[in-house]
Amino acid sequence: MTTTTTAPPAGAQPGTPQTASPASPRKRGHRGNRTPGEGRMAALLLSPTLLVLALVIVYPLLAAVHQSLYRAESGLDADGFVADVESFVGLANYADLFVGETGRRFLNALGNTTFFTLTTVFLETVLGLCLALAMNRAFRGRSFLRASILVPWAVPTAVSGLLWRWIFQSDGIANTLLGSEILWTAEGNASRAAIIIAEVWKTAPFIGLLVLAGMQVIPGEVYEAAKIDGAGWWRQLGSITLPLVKPTLLVAVLFRMLDALRMFDLPFVLIGPGKESVETLSMLAWDESNQLRYGSASAFAIMLFLYVAVVAIVFVKVLGADVTGAKELKLISKKSRTKATRTQKAEATR
Amino acid sequence: MTISDLRNAAKDSGASGASGAGTPGASAAVGRSGKPKTGKPKKQRTWRSYSVYVGLALIFAYCLAPFYWMLVSSLRRTADIFDNTLLPAPFSLENYAKVFDGSTMFGQALLNSLIVAGTTTVFALLLGVFAAYAISRLNFRFKSVILGVIIATSMFPGIAVVVPLLRLFTDLGWINTYQAMIVPSLSFAIPLAVWNLTTFMKALPFDLEEAAMIDGCTKWQAFRRVLLPLAAPGVFTTAILTFIHSWNEFIIALSMINDPRIQTATVAISKFTGATEFQAPFGEQMAAGVIVTVPLVIMVLIFQRRIVEGLTAGASK
Repeated sequence: MTTTTTAPPAGAQPGTPQTASPASPRKRGHRGNRTPGEGRMAALLLSPTLLVLALVIVYPLLAAVHQSLYRAESGLDADGFVADVESFVGLANYADLFVGETGRRFLNALGNTTFFTLTTVFLETVLGLCLALAMNRAFRGRSFLRASILVPWAVPTAVSGLLWRWIFQSDGIANTLLGSEILWTAEGNASRAAIIIAEVWKTAPFIGLLVLAGMQVIPGEVYEAAKIDGAGWWRQLGSITLPLVKPTLLVAVLFRMLDALRMFDLPFVLIGPGKESVETLSMLAWDESNQLRYGSASAFAIMLFLYVAVVAIVFVKVLGADVTGAKELKLISKKSRTKATRTQKAEATR
Repeated sequence: MTISDLRNAAKDSGASGASGAGTPGASAAVGRSGKPKTGKPKKQRTWRSYSVYVGLALIFAYCLAPFYWMLVSSLRRTADIFDNTLLPAPFSLENYAKVFDGSTMFGQALLNSLIVAGTTTVFALLLGVFAAYAISRLNFRFKSVILGVIIATSMFPGIAVVVPLLRLFTDLGWINTYQAMIVPSLSFAIPLAVWNLTTFMKALPFDLEEAAMIDGCTKWQAFRRVLLPLAAPGVFTTAILTFIHSWNEFIIALSMINDPRIQTATVAISKFTGATEFQAPFGEQMAAGVIVTVPLVIMVLIFQRRIVEGLTAGASK
């Protein structure tokens, strides 16, 4: 939509047919004006990034898969000393995810993760939309508003966990204001509520900002036309604003969901590790690796990775979230292609 | 530049469209409790501006109240930490003095955070600028695939990196070193940088570089002398965002480090324990939290426009 903000190609001017630089004669390949030099240069420029990513993402992923097939067991080594021996156990670590004590913890963590993700993302989206609608109408103090809305976003999650733990102390400000005596930071539903409140506080402004940006590129004429046609505020919201911010909102919701699925810092600092009612998959995997049970920790991490991947794929394939801006890229190459054809035509008319 | 121009234009037209008082229901944007208005337009207008201000005040309170409470609590004395007054009754810097008294090594932790976040940002930008140039300016096969892969890596759950690397770094003897935090941090910093820079560079017009190449510049010279200066604001914004993300990083630093001399500030404050076992040192924790957050808040205040632009550039197309 706003992708066409780049200036239209000026190649059509009669005086500049040389835009295809004479030094590198462009071969018109099967897909656009690609030159062999460009491909080589791209490979050269991209390879450091891809190499580092392979090192910090692909290698750990493969190592985790490998590790998840092993299990450390205490045994006697060759000299008769007690030692940890790693033995290949196949898919046993994965089978254990659904039975016994490990299974109970895993399913509990899976449930918590899903619960937190759904509730926080839902509340954030609703609240973020309201924030964006309110900000879109504010003309005075907009920059001050924008600065203050960035504060929750900028507060480190660990600090926000600490901050909310202080607010939710048994004799803290939350209980004073509510006149209640809830033990927010112990186990139970109150601690879940505390996590949700703290998470929504921190992230709703982020969604609000993204949605606001989406709203601000809707031309005013559309609303004027709707007004002339007699559409009320709700009708405008439902028929213009929401459909037009939907692509933005979809991307924002996807990012928030993926972030919420790997939630770790907040429950870790706010409630603490090893609390059943708030333990997420990330916390469980961390706890396992802390106990040096790398095999099951890796299995948990892999399951979380698969979970995240499935959610991302559903969003991109089924709901059509345009995350990479692929449409935009196509537009660019199309633009340069038309430019090239124009150049050719100009050369032909000479 | 062009993007912000267009946005401003759209903003203005949107503003004029919205302010052209017309529909009765329009004021419901902020104050939904508003009854359907049948009064004179003038009266309706004042009511609406009030409702807008109420809405704004609510947003301010929502965003700033928890942070304000942290600030106020940090300025109380330990004895009145449980006071509920809106201002610290006897104003005291006692907590700040305690945070820096040496036993907690909090100053060292701040320095560590600066080193780790700074190095991560520099590396991510260095790699990101070249990758973003290739993606936004060059034509090559598998371009969307590569960008897709880079963005997909940013969705990677941190724990799936931490568990295997913890093992590897233990074997390498990297536990309690800076590189044990910097290298894993690149896994989220690089995708962030590449993506942001790509969006910025795509928004810059091709024509200037083309003109430079017509004038005899090579592609590399056009990149270095024309595109890079133009993209400098984008690079700067990306640097801020990457720095904030790395500064706020927690799980990697928590897992890779157990030596208080190397740990970063976010981990250090989460491990603050007081002299007594029964009472957590909330005042000190709040003071430390304020210290960790204030640099970010100052950055946010100064560069808010850029940060918002950077945050929203990728998502709103």
